Amino acid sequence: MSVSPFGVLGSAPVLAGLDPPYWAATLIKVGVVAVLVPTTALILGIVFLFKVMSWMQSRLGPQEAGPKGLLQLLADGAKFIQKQDIIPDAADRFVFKVAPMVVLISTFLLYVIIPAGPSVVVESLDTGVFFALAMSSVSVIGILMAGWGSANKFALMSGIRAAGQLIAYELPMVLAVVGVVIQAGTMNLNGIIAAQADFKLFGVVPFPLFLLTQFPMFLVFLAAAQAELTQPPFDMPVAESELVGGYQVEYSGFRFLFFFMGEFATAFAFAALASVLFLGGWSLPFVASNSDLYTSTAFWLIGPAVLFTKIMLVSFLIFWFRFTYPRFREDQLQKVCWKYLIPTCLVWVSFTAIAKVVW
Amino acid sequence: MPKKPQIPGKGMFIGLGVTFKEMVNTLKPDSKGGGPVTVQYPHEKEEPAPRSRGVITLFEENCTSCMLCARECPDWCIYIEAHKYLAPPRREGGKPRQKNALDRFSIDFSLCMYCGICVEVCPFDALFWSPEYEYSEFDIKNLLHEKERLGEWFETVPDFEPYEAGSEQKVKKVPG
Repeated sequence: MSVSPFGVLGSAPVLAGLDPPYWAATLIKVGVVAVLVPTTALILGIVFLFKVMSWMQSRLGPQEAGPKGLLQLLADGAKFIQKQDIIPDAADRFVFKVAPMVVLISTFLLYVIIPAGPSVVVESLDTGVFFALAMSSVSVIGILMAGWGSANKFALMSGIRAAGQLIAYELPMVLAVVGVVIQAGTMNLNGIIAAQADFKLFGVVPFPLFLLTQFPMFLVFLAAAQAELTQPPFDMPVAESELVGGYQVEYSGFRFLFFFMGEFATAFAFAALASVLFLGGWSLPFVASNSDLYTSTAFWLIGPAVLFTKIMLVSFLIFWFRFTYPRFREDQLQKVCWKYLIPTCLVWVSFTAIAKVVW
Repeated sequence: MPKKPQIPGKGMFIGLGVTFKEMVNTLKPDSKGGGPVTVQYPHEKEEPAPRSRGVITLFEENCTSCMLCARECPDWCIYIEAHKYLAPPRREGGKPRQKNALDRFSIDFSLCMYCGICVEVCPFDALFWSPEYEYSEFDIKNLLHEKERLGEWFETVPDFEPYEAGSEQKVKKVPG
């Protein structure tokens, strides 16, 4: 599997003419990610948390701020920034202050490897998926730090629950990705997209997505992503009715905003990963990876648009599950992971491996 | 009867269907029987039930300043001030009648708990319930409604509605 047609941002046509020095290219990349993270969090928050959730509960959601209430989240963000930054007396001040940043940094790092086009990617790593999974687990440390640093028993319980849950659900997530990686033969995300664009079931049926062959893994990945986001039905760590918000309970102002942004930006990143791994990312269906379309200048816009559409579809699934199902009990939560998701993954991974060797 | 075997996880799909159907229904235009169940309050208003307890109104002519309402009020939120005066006799050569003139009648709606005892207890039908509810204020002292304001509400008091059919039998059961 060749990944040669896919470059990195530094060698991309737009920047190639300028040929920026390393520091300038790095600065641009950091800027792009720093803009993308809050923007995507905003989009998901408004579209799904405010609007789709409201519709599913037979109401309209925010109506007053901006046209149809679309600027409500901006207003909320401005409100959070104005609020006092309260740190409890007994808190471990440094740990308490740093925890939201650790969570947000893990989100930032997820955005680094997601390709939005053949060359629209911040860093095209050969170990792309591996990097993504490793970075998504960094948030566990941040949540544990928040739980410990708050000097609050509810926060601590929540931190421990979160650690137990996030570490448990890492496994099905990794295994779900393993199936895709085996089928694609590469861990580079652009390579996986190229493999999907050229993929033909049994060599004849043109079905250019891994969704068909890896469908159980897609479901497992969504469930695991839901758990990693600590969203309902896997929101035991933040269970507001018993832990009053869990590790977020002592946070106010912009630190709370960081957690909020981290949650939704991570949801976007996981949706992006799911669409890259299972839905062919930026590639269009039935267009092979060596097509001229992918190297054309217009694809600089088409690629991100295609990816964005797929991300919104996957996000809709994620948030649809979130708004539908009630919370799991702690033991049920672990049972779902260890007794159902992981065995499913193991069976499907071995099936994929056998199929890969046979065909 | 043995239970029919169920498809495992069937309920999960039913749940998803419920939320999806609700979303589609909310987005449908009103003309097709869709729309949200909520009312966009400041822009559109719900019609309150005619007997709902919104605000207490005063029909000043009927008030004799008997003070029953003020005394029965559990919150002591009714203030009445009155003075006595001599009205001309009804018949030629009769004695002048002593009457009460109402100087002040006010209800402090920041104290009122809307129990309606004053309306119940009024023997002269001077107090009524009105379904109006929009009289919030920026300053708590403005919730003290004087008799002029209480009188303005009187126009909004709904007409007495006849009892529903069949309720007379119930009335007859009451001895006396």
